[in-house]
Amino acid sequence: MKRCALVSLILFSVTFCFGQVYMTRNGNIKLSSDTPLESIRAENKDVEAAIDLNNRNIAFSLPLKSFVFTRSLMQEHFNEKYVESDKYPRSTFSGSFGETIPKGQDGSYPVKVRGKLTLHGVTRDVEIPGTFVRKGNVLTGTANFKLNPTDYKIRIPYIVRDKIEKETAIEVNIECNQKQ
Amino acid sequence: MVRLVFTLILFCSVLAGQAQDSSLLSMLDDSSAPGKKILVTQTFKAKRIVNTQTVEAPAKGDLNFIIMHRFGEINDGSYEFFGLDNATMRIGLDYGLTEKLAIGIGRSSLEKTFDGYLKYKLLRQSTGAGAMPVSVSLVGSITNYTLKFDNKPYLNAKYRTSYMVQALVARKITTALSLQVAPTWQHFNLVPTARDKNEVFSTSIGGRLKFTKSMSITAEYNILFPDQVSSIDVKNSLSMGIDIETGGHVFQLVFTNSQGMTESQFIPRTTGSWGKGDIYFGFNISRNFTLGKKGK
Repeated sequence: MKRCALVSLILFSVTFCFGQVYMTRNGNIKLSSDTPLESIRAENKDVEAAIDLNNRNIAFSLPLKSFVFTRSLMQEHFNEKYVESDKYPRSTFSGSFGETIPKGQDGSYPVKVRGKLTLHGVTRDVEIPGTFVRKGNVLTGTANFKLNPTDYKIRIPYIVRDKIEKETAIEVNIECNQKQ
Repeated sequence: MVRLVFTLILFCSVLAGQAQDSSLLSMLDDSSAPGKKILVTQTFKAKRIVNTQTVEAPAKGDLNFIIMHRFGEINDGSYEFFGLDNATMRIGLDYGLTEKLAIGIGRSSLEKTFDGYLKYKLLRQSTGAGAMPVSVSLVGSITNYTLKFDNKPYLNAKYRTSYMVQALVARKITTALSLQVAPTWQHFNLVPTARDKNEVFSTSIGGRLKFTKSMSITAEYNILFPDQVSSIDVKNSLSMGIDIETGGHVFQLVFTNSQGMTESQFIPRTTGSWGKGDIYFGFNISRNFTLGKKGK
C-alpha cells in the first residue's frame, strides 16, 4: 500500500514539474499612444512567453530593441531616452492566475493575471485581465492594458509631453504551442 | 525509511510548485535565442560631427533638412561685432533612399558652391552573434563652385569641380562615447599653383560625448597630410560644439577655425588659427521629416 502511494506520488510530482507548459518565441506586443498632435505605434514580434496551466503561472520576456516604430526617430528616442535599452535591454513579467483551465478542452477562458512587471530597471506589482483561448495544442493569450511610463521612472521631457499620452496602451497577443 | 523518502518527495514537489513562478521566467531566459544579432544605433545624434559627416544617414524615407551657419571671425573686433555682422551658410537636404543608401545635396554661400553626395552604410556595429566592432559608411561626393571671376574666363565647370571619397569608421564605445576616424581622398580638377597637389589626402578624427540624454559635446580634427597644399598657409581644421536634441530637431552650437562647410573648403582651405583667435562661431540646425512610413 505504502509502495503504491509512493509510486503514484512520484508519478504525480513528475507530471507536476513537467506539466502543461505552452511556449512561444515570437509573440506579439503592440504599444500605442494617441494625442491630437501625434499618433505613436510600435510592434514587437520577438516576445518570449510561457504559460504553465498546471501551476497557473505565466512569464514574459522581451527585447525592447525589437519594437519597430512607424517613425524611425521615435524608435531612436524610445531606445535612447525612454526605456534606455542599452542599460535595460529586456522587459519581463512573471505572474500567476487563479482560474483553472480545464484539461484538453477547447474554449475561451477569461483570466486575471497578477505578477511582477519589470521595465527600465523598476519592478512593480500589476494586475492584468486577459483571455486564454485554447484550440488543440495551441494556447493563445491576449490582454489589453495601460501602462504609465512615470511608474517605471521613464521621464517624458516637458517639450514633448503634449505629444505622448499619459498612459501607453499595450496590446498583448501570444500564440503558444504546447511544449513536448 | 520509506516515510522519510515519502516526506522528501512531498517536500520537493511542493517546492517545485512554488518555485515555478520565477523558474518559468528563468526557463525563458535560458532558452532565449543565444546572442541574437542586435544593431548598435545612435552612434551620433546628427549627420555631421561639426563639418565632417558621421556614419549616420537618414533612415529609408526620411528627409533631413540642415542649415549650417557660420558667423565671421571672433577676432574681427567690435566694429564687426566680433564676427556676428558677417555670415556664411550652407543649406542641405539628405534623404534615405534605402536603409543603407542615402543621397544628399547642398548649397553653400561661400563661393556659391553646390555639393552632392551618396552615402552607403557598408557595415553596422552590432552585438550578439557575428558581432561587428565598428560601423563603416562610405561617402562619395562632388563639389562645384559657381562664383564668377571676370578676370578668369578659362574657369569652366570642369575646373571648378572637385571630388571626394571618404570612409567613415566609427564605434560607439559606450552609450555616451562614440569615436570616428575618416580617411579621406580628394581630387581637385584645378589647383591654384603648380606646387599644389591635385590629389589631397587627409584624415578626420572626431567624436561625441553625451552628458545628458539630449545633450552632448562634439569635436573633430582634420589632419591634412603635409606638402599637399603649398600656395596658402593652410591649418588643420579643428571644430567643437554642443549638440542639443529636441524631438525632431538637433541644434549644434559650434566653434571652428574653418569658414567653409563642405569638405572641399574646410579640409585644404582652412587658414584660421585658433591661437590667433580666428574662430568662427556658428550653428547647425537639422530637422527630420518622415516621408515614407514603415509598417502600419
